[in-house]
Amino acid sequence: MSCDLWRDKLDAYVDSACSPDEVAALEAHLQGCSSCAAEALSRLQMKRMTKAAAARYAPSREFRLRIEKSIEAKRRPLWAFARFPEFAFLAIALVFLAVGSTLWIRHSAREQALAELVDLHVATLASANPVDVISTDRHTVKPWFQGKLPFTFNLPELQNSPFKLLGGRVMYFEHAPGAQLLFQIRSHQLSVFIFQDRAGTGSLSAGVTAERELAFSVETWSDGELRYVVVSDANRADVHELGELMRAAK
Amino acid sequence: MPLFANLYNFAHWLTQDAASAEDLVQETYMKALRGFSSFKQGTNFRAWMYKILRNTFLTTLAGLRASVSLDSDDQTVEPAIPETPESALLARVEQETIQNALEELPVKFREIILLCDLEEMSYQEIAETLGIPMGTVMSRLSRARKAMRELLVAKLARASR
Repeated sequence: MSCDLWRDKLDAYVDSACSPDEVAALEAHLQGCSSCAAEALSRLQMKRMTKAAAARYAPSREFRLRIEKSIEAKRRPLWAFARFPEFAFLAIALVFLAVGSTLWIRHSAREQALAELVDLHVATLASANPVDVISTDRHTVKPWFQGKLPFTFNLPELQNSPFKLLGGRVMYFEHAPGAQLLFQIRSHQLSVFIFQDRAGTGSLSAGVTAERELAFSVETWSDGELRYVVVSDANRADVHELGELMRAAK
Repeated sequence: MPLFANLYNFAHWLTQDAASAEDLVQETYMKALRGFSSFKQGTNFRAWMYKILRNTFLTTLAGLRASVSLDSDDQTVEPAIPETPESALLARVEQETIQNALEELPVKFREIILLCDLEEMSYQEIAETLGIPMGTVMSRLSRARKAMRELLVAKLARASR
């Protein structure tokens, strides 16, 4: 066999693509043919040098991370919960926990706010001077608050109602000044607290709500930026009636 | 990630540009993930990945230009190069010269040299990757190496002048 035919096999030889028989025959030829042996060596060297030279470009770390992230995203779409029900349960449990905690915090903040106002009402009644402005005349009581509060409010006409205005005082609730008005119905006294509805009182709902707090009747609502709270040991109907009168006051 | 660095290197050699190589690799992985169900167990995973990358490259503008000369005249096996003093010259060749020569090679020669010499794929794997018969792999590889040697010799001759 001529050297040309042997050399046709050299690529396959350096690429380890020859059968064992072909390798044995070729190596036998290379033993006796220095020119084919030199050519085989040259090709082998070229292959090695090409391998070293071709390993040239390395991906950046950022690119690797980007690809890994996009692969992760592809592998785990949102509906992957369907394949992992335990994660779905965990997620639902976490949502309930989060909502539950928020509601509980809001509820306890509301309880605390109302309890504080009930305390204020009780403390006022226990005082020897429950009110700072003693008057049954709304046109006396309302102007008394001028310059004492950063807001104003209206008082109802009580002439044809069972309620009687006793007077008012400035109170502080959650570090802000407010008005406390004292009314009387039969032998019961009622406090109407008026203060600015701010973040701290956000726990009190916007609509009219009535409830019992330590056996006191409480009704609260907001009107514009003002928060109204009526507290009394009178029955709920009386408290509500005074609330209606306050809401109707112009 | 399997084959990531190798695929990136191969992509960079094909596109000759880092940003295009990143795009190519990213698209390759996305296509591989989408089409993984079509991957048949027992077939060559590496060849499958390289094939996706190469086919994706061929749909790019640079790839389209490269594909024009891709399958022409593979039928004849070139005669082996005669013994010349070139082999002595080539023994002194530097890595950078080889890289420059690789860059200048037509894509069809560059890719088959990379798959064979760098990735050390078998002829069968190369045939699967490039979608050509084994005989064509051998003839194209022979011609690619011949072209490479000629380029290197020309470069070395220029440098020695």
